[in-house]
Amino acid sequence: MATKQRRSAVLALLMTGVLVVAGCSGGDEEAAPQGELYKDPVTLTWWHNAPQDGPGKTYWEKVAKDFSALHPTVKIEIEAIETNQLQRTRIPAALLSNDPPDIFMTWGGGEMTEQVEADYLKDVTDQVKTEVASIGSAAEIWQVKGKQYGLPYRMGVEGLWYNKDMFAQVGIAAPPTTFEELNAAVAKLKAINVVPIAVGAGDKWPAAHWWYNMALRACSVDTLKKASTDKVFDDPCFVKAGQDLKAFIDTKPFQDNFIATPGQNDPTSANGMLANGKAAMELMGDWNRGTLDTVATDKAKLASFLGWFPVPAITGSPGDPKAALGGGDGFSCSKNAPAECVEFLKYLLSPEVQQGYAETGTGLPVVKGTDAAVKDPALKSILESTSSASYVQLWLDTAYGSTVGTAMNDAVVAIFAGNGTPEKVVSAMKAAASK
Amino acid sequence: MTSANQIRMPAGGASASPAGPHKAGRASARRADNRRKWYEIIGLTTPAVLIYVMFVLVPMGFAVYYSLFRWRGVGPPTEFVGLRNYTLAFQDPIFLDALRNNAIIVFGSLLIQGPIALGVALLLNRRFRGRAVFRLLVFVPYVLAEVTVGIMWKLLLTGGGTVDALLRSLGLGSLVQAWLADLDLVIWTLLAVLTWKYVGFAIILLLAGLSNVPDELTEAAAIDGASWWQIQRHVTIPLLGPTIRIWMFLSMIGSLQIFDMIWVTSVPAVRSLGASATMATYMVDNGFFARLWGYGNAVAVILFVISFVAALLFQRFLLRRDIDGAITGRAK
Repeated sequence: MATKQRRSAVLALLMTGVLVVAGCSGGDEEAAPQGELYKDPVTLTWWHNAPQDGPGKTYWEKVAKDFSALHPTVKIEIEAIETNQLQRTRIPAALLSNDPPDIFMTWGGGEMTEQVEADYLKDVTDQVKTEVASIGSAAEIWQVKGKQYGLPYRMGVEGLWYNKDMFAQVGIAAPPTTFEELNAAVAKLKAINVVPIAVGAGDKWPAAHWWYNMALRACSVDTLKKASTDKVFDDPCFVKAGQDLKAFIDTKPFQDNFIATPGQNDPTSANGMLANGKAAMELMGDWNRGTLDTVATDKAKLASFLGWFPVPAITGSPGDPKAALGGGDGFSCSKNAPAECVEFLKYLLSPEVQQGYAETGTGLPVVKGTDAAVKDPALKSILESTSSASYVQLWLDTAYGSTVGTAMNDAVVAIFAGNGTPEKVVSAMKAAASK
Repeated sequence: MTSANQIRMPAGGASASPAGPHKAGRASARRADNRRKWYEIIGLTTPAVLIYVMFVLVPMGFAVYYSLFRWRGVGPPTEFVGLRNYTLAFQDPIFLDALRNNAIIVFGSLLIQGPIALGVALLLNRRFRGRAVFRLLVFVPYVLAEVTVGIMWKLLLTGGGTVDALLRSLGLGSLVQAWLADLDLVIWTLLAVLTWKYVGFAIILLLAGLSNVPDELTEAAAIDGASWWQIQRHVTIPLLGPTIRIWMFLSMIGSLQIFDMIWVTSVPAVRSLGASATMATYMVDNGFFARLWGYGNAVAVILFVISFVAALLFQRFLLRRDIDGAITGRAK
C-alpha cells in the first residue's frame, strides 16, 4: 500500500514536470521579424510611473491616442505602475521572464548598465541622433559605453524649494548661496517657530540626498566620475561629506522625529509640511512642483509663495560650486520590441509632445526650444540652473546601482538617526559593492 | 500507478488459479474495484497535487537554488557562491535585529493576547444582554484588511496625531511619545497594534472552543458546590486546551512571517535601521530594493526553515495529543 502510494505520487510529479516543461517552451517563439514600418498591425505595451489621476496620467493617455491616430496600425496598451513597484519588482521580473513591455521606464546609471550587459535593451544609437543632439549632455545618462539605450523625457537638477513669504518675514533678502548663509537663515527661521528645513528621512533617499550634495561639494568632478564607473570610494572626500553632513545635522535644521517622516504623498510628509506652511525649505528634485500640488490644501497660496534656489556652496571645499546633482526619467525599448517602438520613443521626444509635457507642470522637458512652455517661476529657475550647471552628477544611488545605493542610503540614514558615522557610510558602500 | 497494478495482476492471477474459476472471478472483481478506487484517487487529487507542486514545491526548490548564487536579478544566475549568502545574513546586525523583533512579536503575542483572549472569551461566554454585539465588536479589527489597519494606526500615531492629541486632552501629555520614530519604542508600538488586531481572532477561537465544553460538566461542578472561578479553573480551561494550543500554533507561525503590518506602519528608514525590521521585511528590502536577489532568496530560505522547524517542534511536543498520528506518524 505504502509503495503504491509513493509510486502514484511520483507519477503525479512526473506529469506536473511535463506540464511545466510544456508551459515553459511556449514562451520561446518571440523575436518577430521586423518588417516594414507600420505595415502590420502591432500592439505596443507601455509601462510608465504615473498611476495617480492627474495631469501626468491624462497626458500620457492623450499621447498614446495621438500616436495611434497618426499610425493606425499601432495600438498602445498602457500600464501605469507606482515607481517603486515598477522599478524594483515589475520591470526586473518582466525582463527575467522574457516577456517585457515594449517600452518602459529607465533611469540610467548602474542599473541600466546591468540591463544592457544582460542584453535586455534595444540599441537605438543610429535612430535617435537628432533627439540626442537636441537633448544635449543629459542624454549621456542613458548611454552605456557610447551607445544610446534610451532617452530621457524629464530632467532637472535638485535644489531647495522654499517659502518666500517666510523668508521675507524674517528678513532674508536673497536666497543663501553658501552654507554659512543657510545656517544663518535656519537660525532666523527657528525664531518664528517654523521648521527651517523639512526632510522626509523616513523614505531614506530624501535624507541621503543631503549627503550626495555634501559629496558633490567635497569631491572633485574627476573623483565623482571615477566613483560612478569603477565603484571606487577611497577618496577621503567621501568621509568629509559625512563629516560636513553631521556638522549640519547638529545645527538642528530639520523637524523633530524626522526619521519617521515620509518624503511625499501625504499631508504629514516633508512635502506636506512645505506645501501647507509648516516648514520653510525642502531639498528636492524638479518633480516636486507636481507632488507639492497633490498635498497642498491651498494650491493658489502654494503657487504664490513657492520659490527655488540651488544647493549652497561650501566655502573652501574642492568641489565645483557650479556642479549640481540631478537625474531624470527616461524610456527604453526592450531588445525584441517591434521597430515601431523606436518610432514611438522618438515621438515622445518630439518638440510638440515635450511642449505638452512641460505644460502639464509635472516636470521639466529636455528638448531644446520647449523652455517657453515652462510657466512656473520655480521651475524656470531650475531650468536655468540645469542649463548653466558646469557638471550634472546623476543621483548617486542611481549612478552606483541599487546595491551600493541602498547600502549608502541606509548608512546615511544612520547618521541622521544619530548612530552612524561618516566612515561607516564609506565602508558600507565598499562592502555592498562585493555583496 | 497503473503500471503498479499491471505488475501485480499476473501474480494475483497465478496464485488464484489452483482454487478454480470462482475465486478468480471474485479476485478480478476486486481488482476492478481496486483499479476504480485508484482512478478516483488520482482523478480527485491530481489538481490539488499539481497546484501544490507548481506553486509551493517548485518555487521552494528555486528559492534554495537561487540562494546559492550571487545574483542581482539581471540575466540568469551564474556566480555560484555556496553558502556565502547565509553566512552574510547571520553577520548582518540588521538581520539579527530582525530575528530579535520576530522573537518579540512571537512571544509578545502569546503572552499578551493569550490572557486577554481567555479572560474576554470567558466573560463573553456568560449570558448577558448585548452579548452578540460585544462578540461582533471584538472581532471587527480582525476582519479589517491588515494594510487598512496599518495605515489607520500610522495616521493615529504620527507625531502630533490623534493619539497624542487624545493623551494631551486627558491631561496625560507627559505620556506622549514618538511612537513610530523612537527606535527603541517602535517595535513595542507595533506589537500593541498587532495585539489590537489579532486578539479578536484568539477570542473567537476560544469562544468556539468554549461552546464545545459540555454544560453537564459545569452543571455537575456547580451542583458539587464549585464557584464560578473554580469551574473555569478546573473544568472549562483544561477542556479548552486543544483550542488554546491550536491558537498558539497559528499565532506563532503568523508572527514569524509577519510582513504587511510592519511594512505599512513603519517607514523604510526605521526598518533599515533594524528598529522595526522583521525577517520578511528584511527579505524584501534586500531582495528587491537592494537588488540582492540571491541574498534575498537565502533570507527566504532561512525564514522558511525557522518557521518549519518551529512548526514541527510545536506539533511534536504540544499538539501531539490533539492531532495524533497526522504528523507525528504514530497512528494508533
